[in-house]
Amino acid sequence: MVGGRSALENANPLIYRRSGERPVTAREEDDELPDAIDDREIFDLIRSINDPEHPLTLEELNVVEQVRVKVNDAESTVSVEFTPTIPHCSMATLIGLSIKVKLLRSLPDRFKLDVHITPGTHASEHAVNKQLADKERVAAALENSHLLEVVNQCLTARS
Amino acid sequence: MISLAHSLYVLSPGVKDGRWTVLQLVEALGFCLENTDPRTRGRGIQLLSQVLLQCYSLLQEKEVLHLVVFYESRLQDHHLVIPSVLQGLRALSMCKVLSPGLAVSVLKAIFQEVHVQSLMQLDRHTVYSIITNFMSTREEELKGLGANFTFGFIQVMDGEKDPRNLLVAFQIVRDLIAKDYDLGPFVEELFEVTSCYFPVDFTPPPNDPHGIQREDLILSLRAVLTSTPQFAEFLLPLLIEKLDSELQSAKLDSLQTLTACCAIYRQKELQEFLPSLWSSLRREVFQTASEKIETECLAALHALSACLSRSVLSSDSEDLLDSFLSSILQDCRHHLCEPDMKLVWPSAKLLQAAAGASLRTYHCITRSILPLLLEQYTKHTQSSQRRTILEMLLGFLELQQKLGHVEEDESTLLSLQAPVCSVVFSALLDPSVQLQLVGIKALTVLGSLPCMAFCTLFPPDSEAAMEAAGSLAPIYPKVFSGRMVPRLEEELLSGRAGKGVESYHNHHSLQQRCLQALAAVSTHTSIVRETVPVLLQHLQKVQKGNGAAARNMVAVCQSLHRVALQCQQDAEGCWYFHQTVVPCLLAMAVEAAMPGVPEPSTHTLPGKALLEEEVLAAMIPVISAATTHLSPELAAQSVSHVVPLFLDGEVSFLPQNSFPSSFHPFGAQRRLVALLMAFVCSLPRDVAIPQQEWLLRELLALSCSCNCPFTATTAAKCFAGLVNKHPAGQQLDEILQLAVNRMEASLAEGPHRMQALTLLLWVTKALVLRYHPLSSCLTDKLLGLLGDTELGPAAAEGFSLLMAESPDVLNKGCHADVRIMFRQRFFTDNVPKLVQGFHGAGPDVKANYLKGLSHVLNHLPKPVLVTELPTLLSLLLEALSCSDRVVQLSTLSCLHPLLLEAPQIMSLHVDTLVTKFLNLTSSPTMAVRIAALRCAHALTSLPTTVLLPYKGRVIRALAKPLDDKKRLVRKEAVAARGEWFLLGSPGR
Repeated sequence: MVGGRSALENANPLIYRRSGERPVTAREEDDELPDAIDDREIFDLIRSINDPEHPLTLEELNVVEQVRVKVNDAESTVSVEFTPTIPHCSMATLIGLSIKVKLLRSLPDRFKLDVHITPGTHASEHAVNKQLADKERVAAALENSHLLEVVNQCLTARS
Repeated sequence: MISLAHSLYVLSPGVKDGRWTVLQLVEALGFCLENTDPRTRGRGIQLLSQVLLQCYSLLQEKEVLHLVVFYESRLQDHHLVIPSVLQGLRALSMCKVLSPGLAVSVLKAIFQEVHVQSLMQLDRHTVYSIITNFMSTREEELKGLGANFTFGFIQVMDGEKDPRNLLVAFQIVRDLIAKDYDLGPFVEELFEVTSCYFPVDFTPPPNDPHGIQREDLILSLRAVLTSTPQFAEFLLPLLIEKLDSELQSAKLDSLQTLTACCAIYRQKELQEFLPSLWSSLRREVFQTASEKIETECLAALHALSACLSRSVLSSDSEDLLDSFLSSILQDCRHHLCEPDMKLVWPSAKLLQAAAGASLRTYHCITRSILPLLLEQYTKHTQSSQRRTILEMLLGFLELQQKLGHVEEDESTLLSLQAPVCSVVFSALLDPSVQLQLVGIKALTVLGSLPCMAFCTLFPPDSEAAMEAAGSLAPIYPKVFSGRMVPRLEEELLSGRAGKGVESYHNHHSLQQRCLQALAAVSTHTSIVRETVPVLLQHLQKVQKGNGAAARNMVAVCQSLHRVALQCQQDAEGCWYFHQTVVPCLLAMAVEAAMPGVPEPSTHTLPGKALLEEEVLAAMIPVISAATTHLSPELAAQSVSHVVPLFLDGEVSFLPQNSFPSSFHPFGAQRRLVALLMAFVCSLPRDVAIPQQEWLLRELLALSCSCNCPFTATTAAKCFAGLVNKHPAGQQLDEILQLAVNRMEASLAEGPHRMQALTLLLWVTKALVLRYHPLSSCLTDKLLGLLGDTELGPAAAEGFSLLMAESPDVLNKGCHADVRIMFRQRFFTDNVPKLVQGFHGAGPDVKANYLKGLSHVLNHLPKPVLVTELPTLLSLLLEALSCSDRVVQLSTLSCLHPLLLEAPQIMSLHVDTLVTKFLNLTSSPTMAVRIAALRCAHALTSLPTTVLLPYKGRVIRALAKPLDDKKRLVRKEAVAARGEWFLLGSPGR
């Protein structure tokens, strides 16, 4: 755990149901027809990210929800709001960073990413948002091998 | 001195055969018996006792009397003597001639003179045996002792520690109670002297020769404690105390004991303790983490409620059941309404345990709970919460099912029928599959409750409802055939098509649903007899009608097929279906095939829709499924009609057999060979086919000469299907030789080369399946054709036909001779030839060999491949550059498991693999792109050091498929790229 913290901040979080695999439609199996990138597809990218302190996914903790994901394929923009489980969660930046890195690795270059905290759900919302929006700070954070290790753990597929 | 064993050996036969009387023996032993040294005295008595133990049945009444008096007096003797004295008494206690009064006097003497618990284990056991013996033979006399006997026994067993003795002692207590001995004022003492062992805490020593288990003691003690209601006032507080303890085993034992004693207790015994019992049970269920304890708690609550419902009330006592249930309701009901639903399940389980005890408890609880659950269902909106509530509701419905018949006016459910049904329907229509599943279960239970008018339950457009109907139909065949089938029939045959495209579509989909529903409910023979005529009637109507006839006929055939599958397991239904459907379909087909129906019409070919390939193909599985499960006798009966129909045009067995002209199946109407194939290739192997050689020749001729590919292929399949089942021997060899000659001639040149190839493929398959020696020769012919510029590609495609399971002929379902592992055998025999052929082939036909190989590899189980593939690896790598899509796909799917399971071998080729996979990610075919990305993903299981030099390149290359136009491709790209990012990075 980060910083050798002894106790969990939110030891008994409410657990939500996972939405399951997206069913494959006949259209998706048709070689010719193009499928636009939609909200659900973006949500599927981030819903299985592991929480840094619980053996649960962000979806199960309701940190990310499909309604808080917005994508515009034509204009190449993605906006994701995430909701920390408690208002003073110290993991908020780390969670935001994981979402951001996952999207950077999974989306074409053309997309402009905006990852921020759901308004009014975190004590230091503004500061966290600012850090996440700052390209250089994100890059610098990923240079830190300790931080990169935690982010990678969050992004490792659980078997 | 003579040893004891020796004296016994000499003496006892003497007494047994009457040479000596016992008195003589006693006199002879006199010196010993009266010796002042207790040891000598002891030995004397021991000898006497041993003799008695062997000869007690020969003793006279008088002798017994004297011996008893003697032994009783010895009880006061030195403690060394006592064990032998007890042995003697045990021998005497088994005598049948014991005078009245002696038993009582022996027991009195023992109770008075012997301090049992200071004896050794074996001697204590002797005392118990004496008591047991007397109890079984002198019950009346012992009862004369009154409560003194009970008291005496209590003193005897007080402090017993040995499990062997305890088992006997517990049995004695049980007999005391069961045989109604006078317990007098000693009930509590008797309880104390046994209950002190509760809960049993005993672990048998590791090498215990006596085989007494903890469980034996527990059950034996439980039988004592629960043997009489007289113990209730002492037992119940004890159980409550142990239930509140920390020890898991004590809780379990207490709960099981509580459940057991509810079987004999009445309201009177329980009254005082109900509140504390309830609060302990509730606490355990709400708090425990152990499923075992929860189960036992629920069982105990069930038993308590059952006990209370059973009690006969005296006029002045209040009904405890009502107050007990109302306290349960009071404590559990509100948990069902809590928004966080935390204690919902424990509460529901408690309520259901109580409700399941009797009809009375069920009514009392459901009256309060069912309306609440229905209200909660509508209040919650998330499907997971709804599911929880519906599951609870389902639990109560199942209880009603278990409790059985309910007076109609009493049933709470009846009054709530409408809201319950609407809740179940809303669940069936919910997008959440889990909720739907619970809904279906609920529907099934509802349907089985006699009080429900369940025919009103089915909305016409729900697949789930159809499933449920199918599962309910065998339970209530009368209702279905009486109500549902006529309703569907009416709908089908009404044919009220409105005007306009939309109403036409509505009508069409309604008809489809009716057809599906008719098939779905045909799960019982009596219903099948109703539905099959309706379906056939509809088929005839559609054939005569116009517009989209083919599509509608296919739909009817699909329904008939489903019905056929559903009656396969039932011999009677199967024969009915076969007898009804097969002649009817054949008759319709023959009628449609008659040339020149003289009827002026504006439509093209009225009534000919039946002959379209699509419709004939849909009829094949119907006839096949109706035939495969026939018994050999019935199949033989049927085959004697069908084969002459096709060979001689013998139409007399068909239902409407007045056709305008005669039937020439191998002449003008040869398309119908498809129906012949469906029938004759599905017969069990031991059914003889009349005129088989003639039939085979006709089929052979048709397959090689017909210009219509459908007919030629079908004839070839039919030929192959028959050849596969044909018994080996000269006849088979002849017909095969004929076929080979015919094929060779046609293959060499002429207009029917393709037909000959098709026949070759099917015959080869038939022979490969049964390991026929000729199969290798035919396979070689086929391999040779791969080099043919005209037929090569088709021959390569043909390898997939050889390896794949064919749906209509030559599969296990239609009794074909299929050897296990024929694919592996084909692989071993032919792959080296394919590889050789590939290397020797010209550039224009090389791909044919790769494709043939791909088909063979595709159909082998992957685990088998993994061991064989490394030898083919260089060929596979070459195949990656082949431009054929099938070859690419099959090669990728072969390499995928190898990457995962043989990473060391694959690492040697990492450079080629990376390059080829990345190239294929931009293939025009989606399936190839997906397979290539999966392989790129699987590459990450190679050793990291091998991969790291490629990391940057792969990540850059995989950026492109991230923006693929197909979502399924992007998904694989994301997975692969994510994994490559993690390579060699901390935290992986």
